[in-house]
Amino acid sequence: MSKIENKDENGSMDGAGEGTGGDPKDDKGLGLGVIFFLVAFLVCFLSGWLLFPKLLYSKREQPFNFDHVLHTQEAGDCETCHFLREDGTFSGMPNLESCMECHTDEPMGETEDEAIFASEYVAKEKEVPWFVYSKQPDCVFFSHAAHINAAGMDCKSCHGPIGESTTSKPYEENRITGYSRDIWGQNIWGIKKHSWDRMKMDDCAACHKEETGHQGYCFQCHK
Amino acid sequence: MKVDRRSFLGLGLGAVAGVVVSPVGLKLTDDSSIWTQNWPWTPVPVDGEISYDNSVCNLCPGNCGISVRKIAGRPVKIEGLAEYPINDGGVCLHGIAGLQYLYDPARVKTPLKKNGDKFEKISWKEAIALTAGKLADIRTSNAPQKLACVTDKSQGSVAKLFERFLTAFGSPNLYTMPSLESNLEMTAQTLHGAGNTIGFDLDNSDFVLSFGAGLIEGWGTPVSCFKANASRKERNAKLYQIEPRLSNTAANADKWIPINPGTESDLALGLCAVIIKKNLFSGNNYDTGNFKGGFNKFAIMVQKEYAPEKVAQICGIKAAEIEKIAVMFARSKMPVAIPGKGRGNIGQSLKEFSAVHTLNCLVGNLNQKGGAFIMPQNDYLSFPEAVMDDVAEIGAGQEKLAGSINDLVAKLAATDKPVVDALFVYNANPCYSFSDPKRVKKAFKQVPFVVSFSSFLDETAMEADVIFPINTFLEKMEDVPSQAGFAKNVIGLTRPVIKPVFDTKDPGDALILLAQALGGTIAENFEWTSYAQCLEGITADIWDSLSEKGHVLVSEGAPDGTVYVDFTFLSTNPSTIQADGDFELTLIPIDNMRLTGTVPAVSPFAMKTVSDKVLTGTDIVVEINPGTAKGFKDGGDALLTTPVGTAKVKVNFNDGIMPGVIGMVRGLGHTFDNKFVSNKGVNVNDLIGPVIESGSGLDAAFGIKAKISKA
Repeated sequence: MSKIENKDENGSMDGAGEGTGGDPKDDKGLGLGVIFFLVAFLVCFLSGWLLFPKLLYSKREQPFNFDHVLHTQEAGDCETCHFLREDGTFSGMPNLESCMECHTDEPMGETEDEAIFASEYVAKEKEVPWFVYSKQPDCVFFSHAAHINAAGMDCKSCHGPIGESTTSKPYEENRITGYSRDIWGQNIWGIKKHSWDRMKMDDCAACHKEETGHQGYCFQCHK
Repeated sequence: MKVDRRSFLGLGLGAVAGVVVSPVGLKLTDDSSIWTQNWPWTPVPVDGEISYDNSVCNLCPGNCGISVRKIAGRPVKIEGLAEYPINDGGVCLHGIAGLQYLYDPARVKTPLKKNGDKFEKISWKEAIALTAGKLADIRTSNAPQKLACVTDKSQGSVAKLFERFLTAFGSPNLYTMPSLESNLEMTAQTLHGAGNTIGFDLDNSDFVLSFGAGLIEGWGTPVSCFKANASRKERNAKLYQIEPRLSNTAANADKWIPINPGTESDLALGLCAVIIKKNLFSGNNYDTGNFKGGFNKFAIMVQKEYAPEKVAQICGIKAAEIEKIAVMFARSKMPVAIPGKGRGNIGQSLKEFSAVHTLNCLVGNLNQKGGAFIMPQNDYLSFPEAVMDDVAEIGAGQEKLAGSINDLVAKLAATDKPVVDALFVYNANPCYSFSDPKRVKKAFKQVPFVVSFSSFLDETAMEADVIFPINTFLEKMEDVPSQAGFAKNVIGLTRPVIKPVFDTKDPGDALILLAQALGGTIAENFEWTSYAQCLEGITADIWDSLSEKGHVLVSEGAPDGTVYVDFTFLSTNPSTIQADGDFELTLIPIDNMRLTGTVPAVSPFAMKTVSDKVLTGTDIVVEINPGTAKGFKDGGDALLTTPVGTAKVKVNFNDGIMPGVIGMVRGLGHTFDNKFVSNKGVNVNDLIGPVIESGSGLDAAFGIKAKISKA
């Protein structure tokens, strides 16, 4: 028998109490340890689940409220403002010039938001600094044309029912990455119910796997 | 119950376990990976609509057509414009890097006024008022000729507006910086009469005899020369390169003929002697009746002074080879001889240009396909007639102060009394690009009021009292006629592809403001609301096609008719320029495609492409034949001394440079405030003194005598 084995059998009782049912005092110590373990576990687990997202994301309001429902009723569907250019690139967030195809520095309606838009942006010829919920990191290449035209996908598949919104929700910015919470998804566990709940690489890959039989290669998106 | 260390152990383990099974670890790992791949401090270009604007680059006399790719209105890339008659889609590294000039650290961002040794920012209004006040004083003294002006070129509306300003002001003292174009115009004037320039049909010639012209090192219209050179093999055309050093052009040629530095004109006249002696000059459908001004005298002179045996000794080329080249040149179907060492702008002599071009005249390739074209200078600009008041008439009756810009600099530097009261400098950097720049700076200090029209705070702008910040080629509008030996006549239109990044203006607009501030007849001569309106008016005949297509092809192909050749100048056998000094070796500047010798200075991008055989760290590397550099170590330090200055250099042993010659690149050693470009290497001009050719007024210093010693 080696020295080490000897020590295990005959040495300190600190490590042996649990197995041998020795000193009752040791049992109490163990019970307290378990309680402490459970309390710490619960506090940390709940903090990580509930408090951590609140610390991770800062909330920022859009420059003014935007009513998608009103605009789709007046102007048409998504493509009216978020269109593909002739060369196939995606226009994304409409610029001031696009907005001014309908708007002038005189408000057309009576909403406070349009008044802000007319006076602060149209009149001053200033682009509206919208926060973009779906903005992907700069290392990602994404072609809207390939997905809309070639694959025939609906905007809603990735962007959800944003076209049915009458108000702009706050933009939750990840304090570490600077990107929107909507990329990871509202659920901190990353669990999604709908296809538009997350916009992570795994979501792209899963859809590609399902639709094309292959998840795709790195360079297809990371140029 | 006792809180012991097991309790704490439980607490710690619980905390760890709680965190591990919570989403924190997973989420932070994901976020940190995104963060590290997208550093927040790394600038991300703005996304937006892609568009292309066509324009014309005028960084060099090449004037290539360019297509500028823009995203959300911001230029992001410069490409060559396909089917443009000069470059057909090609572009050089300086053009590609042209965007960097927009944001150059040395850009003049706002008008500046010298205050002691420093510049202070002023508004355009203040700058115009200050300058107009000084100019008004000059006119009040009834000596308007005391305003002198230096421009980068003589062609195009901006140069003509400066000329008009001086005419209206009353000064004949307008000078142009030396360029390949000005050298060719002077050559054409000497041999064929005023109002002409010379183009070389390199695209079609079957034998190019180049007297050191750096065809792939920035000579002429660089991109068109690259293309002509690249197509040489398939056209079965030959290139013989005559120069003391195995340059890239020489290495690419069918034959490199090493020649003693500065003896190119002797060789050209020697070749003329052989052609005349062998009676090879009257062929090729050429009527020698067009030879005048003492052809016989010239023929006798070259037979006597430039016999092959004699020339062989001067040039270091065997007499038999001289005869062989002459015969080959004369018997070629479409030969062309091209003058202009390196880029053909600096250190050239009229004798050399004329002698080389006389070869073209003798073999009858003038205005023939593949030969030399004698082209009339452009006349597409029609200004309203200039109006002059009494003061202007006084000045107009005065003699020019100097025959050339070099003469003017010499006169200014020679005296402590002001020869001129005010000096305009537009788009030129003589305090860097002229021989012995210290001398030029001294000359500038003798001028009480110097106004610089410049995009960059370069060595010359630093000497100014007021600087008008000028738009770069991406921000301005300007007509740019083709030049520099190009065989077609193309008028291009440089158009703004971006609004001025800083508080800068087109030079024409600055002049209009200044003229209007001076009032009277000067303002009457500049009654335009803007330079754009002026340009449209003065190019009315071609404006529609110029503005629509971006260029007008005025002529291509061989011009009609024959031209006379006047031998008066050469028949007097003007003396050949000699290198200054008594040292044994000869220092010659080398023009390198990756660097620029004039305005603008090289861009940061282009600087990064310079080989370490040219610049290593901040040390300049000189080329020297191993046989000449005995006692030195390849790559080692040395001290290079000329009668003008001394520089610490590194030595590069090169078998491709003639013994007795030291080659140093031109374009390094800037001293203005640009960390990417300045304080790297040595300005070769600091080591070379001017050698003014009598008559032409050109600084013909092709090099200088030098020695090297251990550092």
